[in-house]
Amino acid sequence: MSEKLLMKGNEALAEAAIRAGLKGYFGYPITPQSELLEYLSHHLNNRGGSFLQAESELAAINMVYGAAGAGVRTMTSTSSPGYSLMQEGVSYIACAEIPCLLVNVVRGGPGLGTIQPSQGDYFQAVKGGGHGDYKLIVLAPDSVQEMADFVYLGFDLADKYLMPVLILTDGALGQMMEPVTFPDYDVEKNKVDHSSWATTGKLTSRSQNVITSLHIEAEKMEDINIHLQKKYKTIQENEVRYEAINTEEADIIIVAFGLVARVAHKAMENANKKGLKVGMIRPITLFPFPTEILLTLSEKVDQFLVVEMNAGQMVEDVRLAVNGKIPVDFYGRMGGVIPQPSEIVDKLIQMDSSKTHSK
Amino acid sequence: MTEPLIEPQHIQCENLDQMDQVWTRPETLIDRKLHYCPGCGHSVAHRLIMETIDELNIQETTIGVAPVGCSVFAYHYMDIDMQEAAHGRATAVATGIKRVLPDRIVFTYQGDGDLAAIGTAETIHTINRGENIVIIFVNNGIYGMTGGQMAPTTLPGFVTSTSPNGRDTHTMGYPLKMAEMISVLPGAYYVTRQAVHSAKSVRKAKKATLKAFQYQMDGKGGTSFVEIVSNCPSGWKMTPVESNQYLDDEIFDFYTLGDIKLPPKE
Amino acid sequence: MAKIKGHVTIRTENCKGCDLCVHECPQDSLQLSTALNTSGYPYAVLVNDTCTGCTNCALVCPEAVITVFREGKKKPIAILSHVTENITVDITS
Repeated sequence: MSEKLLMKGNEALAEAAIRAGLKGYFGYPITPQSELLEYLSHHLNNRGGSFLQAESELAAINMVYGAAGAGVRTMTSTSSPGYSLMQEGVSYIACAEIPCLLVNVVRGGPGLGTIQPSQGDYFQAVKGGGHGDYKLIVLAPDSVQEMADFVYLGFDLADKYLMPVLILTDGALGQMMEPVTFPDYDVEKNKVDHSSWATTGKLTSRSQNVITSLHIEAEKMEDINIHLQKKYKTIQENEVRYEAINTEEADIIIVAFGLVARVAHKAMENANKKGLKVGMIRPITLFPFPTEILLTLSEKVDQFLVVEMNAGQMVEDVRLAVNGKIPVDFYGRMGGVIPQPSEIVDKLIQMDSSKTHSK
Repeated sequence: MTEPLIEPQHIQCENLDQMDQVWTRPETLIDRKLHYCPGCGHSVAHRLIMETIDELNIQETTIGVAPVGCSVFAYHYMDIDMQEAAHGRATAVATGIKRVLPDRIVFTYQGDGDLAAIGTAETIHTINRGENIVIIFVNNGIYGMTGGQMAPTTLPGFVTSTSPNGRDTHTMGYPLKMAEMISVLPGAYYVTRQAVHSAKSVRKAKKATLKAFQYQMDGKGGTSFVEIVSNCPSGWKMTPVESNQYLDDEIFDFYTLGDIKLPPKE
Repeated sequence: MAKIKGHVTIRTENCKGCDLCVHECPQDSLQLSTALNTSGYPYAVLVNDTCTGCTNCALVCPEAVITVFREGKKKPIAILSHVTENITVDITS
């Protein structure tokens, strides 16, 4: 279907999930993601799936574990405090290698925090989040269109790598309305056969399928870990996605994801009008992180500026990627405050002049 | 002087081939040594479920959910598809499975720490939604796997590794009667409390288990809840025989056996 | 009424010597061994020829190691033995 619709980000994501063949949704109300839950409560049961409002995020993620373990497309959505509560289940699902889609519409923290948009859950998203060594594929949309698009991508990647995929978005992208087009997506064609592991009932023709994250012998558990790390390496090699803008002539590269990338894009344009040479990298996959392009650019540009709606989280991954070759500066706002383009331009001018002084 | 030990010899039967085999282990109970302590009721409860699955011929359509606790490895013995849930989350996992595969038979197998402490919310809400699943609740009044700590179901005065002077209800609260608690929920279809400490009680518990699964297959009502009050010889620091005697002498006065809620008559 | 004649076989290697069957047997037919199996447990032994095949021992056995036999009420209508070729048998009654 190619018609353009005006939708909230949360609703576009929910609609895309139904079109992607969502069979089980389990969630709990929390601002600013409740529209997602509400939309699916209206539409999913009539369109081939099962919607259930759980008694907590903890229950919701474990319902996801059960339903996804039965081999069907399953998702949940929440916001920061709720996502923290889900971490137990996420760790189990990652270890048991079950595909599912998770959505965190991030709000300002820590604690109960605020309901305003934030990127304060970056570490939790890309470093695992729960106990043990595991990763999720993390997709960071910057528009309502991508909120929809990444649902299809997320489900496909989850099925391909047998792991949870997390869409890390925020309260603003969830709430804002923008035109969105839903792609033609053939659910049947994209269906992956999970019969070798899914718990659908043990046919006499096969041995039992058991989904577990318990391997009591240390050597066996290490083997599981080695297998997981190998998988994450494959993902790092094959699934990096990012957007590069104006990187050819730039002296300074802004690195920003999600909503902040939109602000940073405006700041880049304004700064370039003032005669600065600013480019930009927008990581789309936060794991796998676009390390290589940053390393490559560090040979060509003078400085990086990482802008985030947190105290400086992704900046650590940028610094790891650049490995001390050039300065990596940071500008951030916290607690639900969105930085203005002018603040970023000021920061860019300051960085540009300090470079001139040092020459 | 001690008497010399005389090794008893198993009496041989010459006409065994002409006799009827009247009892043997269920086929779906995987033939491997159980990891449970000698005399543990878990093993019997496992067997009753598998006998039920055999008799109803539902191996191909049944999905079980294992808990955290001594029975964490239930799937080592039950030859069916199973998922291993996090501590207390078994009924949430079962809900997820049943919601996307409504024609399958789904059950959870949970201990008292799992179902009545860390998983209380999941237990109550699953039953309150009337999820058409079976919950097998093995209540032995103690945390067996972690070494015999006090459970939500431990009786007042009972000594455990975390109630060294006995459970003091003033500071440690009272034992939870889960079956009675959940029986008031409209979603509870069949609630019963059984035991497996004697041949008589095993026969009854089997009937109850069979009924619970049959109710799910009929699909007329909500959740079927079978509590099995069991021993824990190691945790209770008793021999298996003593522990079963203790059930009769002390435990069943508090955890009364029998049906607590029956499906409405048609 | 003649006593029902029963018998049990016990997979002693999987027995853990919990003693429950011994106590449950109404005929006092069972006893624990003094020897230990390879897991280090004593095991149940049928010591008296008084078994009725009531299945009580098997029902309480946590390890499900007991198989119970009972003398059938019906006598077999035929006993086939030493069969060396394919044969066809029709039971008409």
